[in-house]
Amino acid sequence: MTESRSIRIEALTRVEGEGGLHIKLDGGMIEDVQLAIYEPPRFFEAFLRDRSLEEVPDITARICGICPVAYQMSAVHALEAALHVTITPEIRRMRRLLYCGEWIESHALHMHLLHAPDFFGVNSGIELAERFPNEVNRGLRLKKHGNELLEVLGGRAIHPINVAVGGFYRAPKRDELLRLIPDFEWGLQAAVATTRWVATLDFPDFERNYDMVALSHPNEYPMNEGQVASTSGLLIDVADYEGEFAEEHAAHSTALQSVRKSVNSCYHVGPLARVNLNFDRLSPLARRVADEIGFAPPCLNPFRAIIARGLEVIHAYEETLEILREYRPFKPPRVEYEYSAGEGCSATEAPRGLIYHRYAVNDDGKITFAKIVPPTSQNQRQIEDDLRDWLPDVMGDDDGQTALDCERLIRSYDPCISCSTHFLNLTVERTKS
Amino acid sequence: MHRKPRLAVFKFASCDGCQLSLLDCEDELLAVAGAVDIVHFLEATSRIEPGPYDIALVEGSITTPHDAERIQEVRRQSRFLMTIGACATAGGIQALKNWADHEDFLRCVYARPEFISTLETSTAIADHVAVDFELRGCPINRHQLIEVLMSLISGHKPRTATHSVCLDCKRRGTVCVEVAQGIPCIGPVTQAGCGAICPAYDRGCYGCFGPAAQPNCDSLTSQYLGTGSTRETLVPLLHNFNADAPAFRDAGNRLQQSDTPSSTGGRS
Repeated sequence: MTESRSIRIEALTRVEGEGGLHIKLDGGMIEDVQLAIYEPPRFFEAFLRDRSLEEVPDITARICGICPVAYQMSAVHALEAALHVTITPEIRRMRRLLYCGEWIESHALHMHLLHAPDFFGVNSGIELAERFPNEVNRGLRLKKHGNELLEVLGGRAIHPINVAVGGFYRAPKRDELLRLIPDFEWGLQAAVATTRWVATLDFPDFERNYDMVALSHPNEYPMNEGQVASTSGLLIDVADYEGEFAEEHAAHSTALQSVRKSVNSCYHVGPLARVNLNFDRLSPLARRVADEIGFAPPCLNPFRAIIARGLEVIHAYEETLEILREYRPFKPPRVEYEYSAGEGCSATEAPRGLIYHRYAVNDDGKITFAKIVPPTSQNQRQIEDDLRDWLPDVMGDDDGQTALDCERLIRSYDPCISCSTHFLNLTVERTKS
Repeated sequence: MHRKPRLAVFKFASCDGCQLSLLDCEDELLAVAGAVDIVHFLEATSRIEPGPYDIALVEGSITTPHDAERIQEVRRQSRFLMTIGACATAGGIQALKNWADHEDFLRCVYARPEFISTLETSTAIADHVAVDFELRGCPINRHQLIEVLMSLISGHKPRTATHSVCLDCKRRGTVCVEVAQGIPCIGPVTQAGCGAICPAYDRGCYGCFGPAAQPNCDSLTSQYLGTGSTRETLVPLLHNFNADAPAFRDAGNRLQQSDTPSSTGGRS
């Protein structure tokens, strides 16, 4: 007799974008795990063609409302590579500042409103606030700081308008930035308290032998620049990214899935990969807090990514304060350039992990080719692989609980499904012979 | 005592930025959550309850056969349906495919186009179902969102500005970037709501709040053509995040098709 069971969960919640999960179980054996992203395709790489290169940072920002800066930064660096533009140290510093703002708002959002509720069995950050008002309100203030920094420097928090190829449309006025300092001084201490708090959460005992991939820079914590490194020893220039990493198209997903070509396997990108590969370049306070809470690389438990986010928030606050205190308005706000046909690529570190862009432009400054590889595409196969390993621990008879446990693992990645091409429709098929 | 209104948030093709605007109301979030009963908001809560809903916020445009059906069900379940953002009110940036060869787009992005099921167009929610209120912007302004939500809860008619960005520039004291620097700016035909940020950052408005009330786009573009701008610069200003909003769509199309620019302005 064959008995097959299937359950559906209406939605993968507390993620950005729409996706489904399909699991087939045959007795105690896992037959298939498919993370199906069915976010409607939006065709950015197609309609960028023939647009002026100046429009690219405005348009690619619209790929994601939560991490628009990552798309803008990768785009401007890739286009500057195509045009042989070298930016000034002041512009470079402001771009790191903008990235600090995005890491703070995005990590604070994920930690408090999306991921932390899982550790307490509640539905949302709003419900969590009933039990932990101080912690959640503190998290909301951190998130607000990140957004305020984006507003001053970028014009607004969602889809900033001040980012240009070559630099910025206008440099911030000194008092616009200086007035943020008291908030950020408070925020630095609050970020430390938040990280101590998330370190006390009850983490499942689950580790994986990941191949972790992130940018690596000899003397700074990577945001906009570096080589592509992995914990298995890879170290290549960004220009060689496509020689090592490829995207494949699976029938069950509108998002492409990345693999490492040389070893034909999945890999892990995101804050845990960044911290593991760049721990000694975290800010002094972030490292001290890591020591105090007993967090040391290599950390191979995906659920502990929430601690890595906390450490990065501390780092971002420290770096922000350093830049704010030394800030002097600069001219020109952007480096001039002339159009010439060429091609360029770049990788930066979105809150969710490495993001890669490549563009070709013609003599008229029009885009002729665009390729965009977001972090969630790169993690998609890794998440499926994790679930295969995680399922034996959680596939008791209660399908609902199994589903919740799977969602919880997926959420630890903070997948941004809107980017990669929401709604997780979970189907578990159980076949018992 | 009346029960709290049941609030639902739905997403179609979009970047999530407009629904994120609600979570970005850091100071007001917990108060808003206390004034309504959030029964469906996938990005924010795992609590999912069926309709009917008193207020539905709809983000994103219709780009797949499945979504064209899903919006009908959302409408049936919702007493008051408000669209939020440029995708939901004008098809969004992805509406650029309405001008393109759909097969070419599929081949350009996907190695296996046969795995993809998508419509040839990206259209606004109002093209599919009746919409009670539209909140513009790419992204929406969170203060406007709070204002509209609170108006609804307290039974007042929502009010949002329909004047052009130009007036807000004047209020902000920003020197006109077109007059002073010759930068083409479509603020005169774009609805206010963003705070007139682009000119304050030394660049022209690119229209993310869509057309203002009674915009005269042809007159504006004729003026710019007369002062040295080219169609190549002006058409993308109209055809971007609100490309399929009728006033921008039609003016951009006319500009694209015209051989000789009208020097007198007015609709051709």
